[in-house]
Amino acid sequence: MTLTLDSAAPAASTPAKLATVDCDLHPTPRSPNDLLPFLSQRWQSHLRDYGSHIRQGISGQEIHPRMDGRGMRLDAFPETGPAGSDLGLMQRQHLDANDIGAGTLIALGTSVSDERNLDYGAALARAVNQWQLAAWVEPDPRLHAGIIVTQEDPAAAVAEIDYWAADPRFSHIMLSPKPIEPLGRRRYWPIYEAACRAGLPVVFHPVIPGGGHPSSGIGWPTFYIQDHYTSGPLYQNIAMSMVFEGVFEKFPELKVVFVEGGFTWVPHMTWRFDRQWERMRSEVPHVKKKPSEYLRQNTWFTTQPMEECRTPGQLREIIEWIGFDRVLYSSDYPHWDYDDPKYAFKLRLSDEERQMIFSGNARRAYRL
Amino acid sequence: MQLPFAGAIDCDTHPAAPSIKSLLPYMTPYWRTQLVERSLHTVNFTFTSAKPNVPLSRRADWRAPLEEDANIVPTLRQELLDPFQLRFAICNVLHGSIALFHQDMAAAIISAVNDWTRDHLLASDPRLRASILVSPTDPAHAVSEIERLGEDKRFVQILLPVMGELPLGRRIYWPIFEAAQRLQLPICIHAGSLHRMATTGGGWPSHFVEDYIAQSAAFENVLVSLLAEGVFRKFDRLTFVLAESGVSWYPALLWRNDRMWRATRREVPWIERVPHEIINERVRLTLQPFDGPEDAAAMKRLIDHFDSDRVILFSTDYPHAHFDGLNALPDGLSDALIQRIAIDNPAETYTRLALAPQPAGASA
Amino acid sequence: MTASQVISHIDDFPPNTRKVVEVNGRSVVVFRVEDEFYALLNRCPHEGAELCKGRLGGLVVSSEPGEYDMTQENQFLRCPWHGWEFDIKTGQSYCDPRKTRTPRYDVAVKSGGALQEGPYKAEPIKVSLDDLYVVVHC
Repeated sequence: MTLTLDSAAPAASTPAKLATVDCDLHPTPRSPNDLLPFLSQRWQSHLRDYGSHIRQGISGQEIHPRMDGRGMRLDAFPETGPAGSDLGLMQRQHLDANDIGAGTLIALGTSVSDERNLDYGAALARAVNQWQLAAWVEPDPRLHAGIIVTQEDPAAAVAEIDYWAADPRFSHIMLSPKPIEPLGRRRYWPIYEAACRAGLPVVFHPVIPGGGHPSSGIGWPTFYIQDHYTSGPLYQNIAMSMVFEGVFEKFPELKVVFVEGGFTWVPHMTWRFDRQWERMRSEVPHVKKKPSEYLRQNTWFTTQPMEECRTPGQLREIIEWIGFDRVLYSSDYPHWDYDDPKYAFKLRLSDEERQMIFSGNARRAYRL
Repeated sequence: MQLPFAGAIDCDTHPAAPSIKSLLPYMTPYWRTQLVERSLHTVNFTFTSAKPNVPLSRRADWRAPLEEDANIVPTLRQELLDPFQLRFAICNVLHGSIALFHQDMAAAIISAVNDWTRDHLLASDPRLRASILVSPTDPAHAVSEIERLGEDKRFVQILLPVMGELPLGRRIYWPIFEAAQRLQLPICIHAGSLHRMATTGGGWPSHFVEDYIAQSAAFENVLVSLLAEGVFRKFDRLTFVLAESGVSWYPALLWRNDRMWRATRREVPWIERVPHEIINERVRLTLQPFDGPEDAAAMKRLIDHFDSDRVILFSTDYPHAHFDGLNALPDGLSDALIQRIAIDNPAETYTRLALAPQPAGASA
Repeated sequence: MTASQVISHIDDFPPNTRKVVEVNGRSVVVFRVEDEFYALLNRCPHEGAELCKGRLGGLVVSSEPGEYDMTQENQFLRCPWHGWEFDIKTGQSYCDPRKTRTPRYDVAVKSGGALQEGPYKAEPIKVSLDDLYVVVHC
């Protein structure tokens, strides 16, 4: 596909009333000290003396170093502090400039889901949740927080979800796609039950490093270009585990959003699930419907990093196979592979399609 | 649908693996004694990724008891070679010995499997061709097997499992690729895991069906590994065949890597061209298990998403249960594409097929 | 319609710096690499990022895996978002030179005397006959 701005659907065609929903915004603490006010004395000293304890060999940085500025847009650094730590800059560069009516926050870099010390993880989860409200949602009500939980301690995760369930400032629950066990296994079902009770979707976003398994069954990648690729296959594996363990049969109301894994793999994943389910149903009699039926009812996929098919027609076919009602716009601000809502789609969308992808679908998937 | 002509080349056939008893004659006195004393002649070294009783692993009408290893080839003729009117079938003997940690024991068994393949498969029917079985855990032994057997033109490729100990692009494996390229043998990366680590990035799935589905995700990652490490650049005449990989994921992988290359080319500057061009030239995928859409219109569009008609190689994946009767081709392929998939692409991939003695009555 | 615009007194545009200027209604980023000047539209053809925020550097090439050779120092501008590399001499994308480019513009250094022959737009820069100025044609 020839990539020029001329071929993109111009922003002017967007109906003025349509306020975009962005399903992937990353708020970052200026430093870990931002979290101290939300931690008890005991955990403040733990943060200071021990800090995070995760399953990777280098502390406090990515094991697959990013290409520029630790993976940030080079124009997204405020005068002080890391990219994503300045609400004013986020508003000027993205929220206001692109008429973002609602944004869902994904607070990375706080290592809650990766934390091996589960008690510290639980304290940190509460602190990050309070910090999101104080530093981001209260100053800008367009933003909606995601409940951070310690998923490897499901009881603590459920307690955290229940604590915030009625608070309308939270729109979703964040889970790591790098668990200790596949995410369909019963260990995690109390979390899904709590999500359904709260009426909130479960949202996956790539994290580093997670539960310690290599990022795929072939082992750890060497280069960042490989590491970046792993999220799509990983999401296929997660969707597989949830379908074939019967999660959607058990929790038909559960809503799951896969963020920042792309989406062109969804059709082939679905075909493969259906065909193998037909062949080996006797192993999984608890999976009563075709896998594609669960996926069509329970799952959504965000657009970023925008896939660039060879032709716009191919892109349209991919989205038709997934369903225009299943695809959600996301920017990933302030990360380097940010997608601009005006230009990311190298495809002419009808007003109705645009409304669905940029707003309507997210308003059904999330509590906004 | 069925093959519309005789003479197709089946690029992924699985004869039953021989028993250890059939392999003992090929071993040194030490290993013969060891395997018997350790009672290993009473077990089968069944590769976990290919357990024979799983419904998927053997079609219901392909379950005649073999009784003894001497029946392997007659069964193959009766169930596969004759009814499908194949010109050649490339045998991939999957053997659990490649998952052993004891690398000397593994080497003894792997070499014996290759000897048995030569003497009992290749020698029994001129339509049979085979892969040289090697283990990724011992690249030195792999190289010695390639050099030992590579002059026999009936061996047409090297067989490695997709999930080993490290991603297959890593430089530790390059001696295998160097030897393979030198002897003009493609590398066949086949579905299966040594189970050194979880079969998914999210941990160990509960079910066989999940491990089977997860193969394609492993293949996606292994192809990106070969690309990123510069294997295609370093070994510029080496073809990689991905067997039992599924095929429908291929266009999306190209799109994604084309985009990422523009962004991260600086990290891997040896990738000197847009990835889809390199991969289309150097990678082939076997047809079964076909994982495309059932719907004919969608099928046609998926085929259009492939940028090339050179990528897919016909396979039955015999005796796996992917289709009924003789319907080894999915519906919706054009005659021209069937010709490419079933005959031309395999012949171009496996140039050795023309070099060894030909089956009687077969015309070029 | 093209226009020619004086964008700077040469003393105000030191070596190895860049300026963003508005010329003929367009945002243009002008680079001075030692004593050479280059001008590109300040907008990535991919998703519209401001190219002036990107890094200027060399082009890494490789003779084989594991070899990294830096060439053409300070000749490639990388988009601050997706890292696409653009040749500042031509505006062409390194990865897709045929289809992807950002417009480039001529830049010249002229004496104030030469500028009298116009037509040049100089406002708000005051032009002295004997001094040198950087001019963008756009």
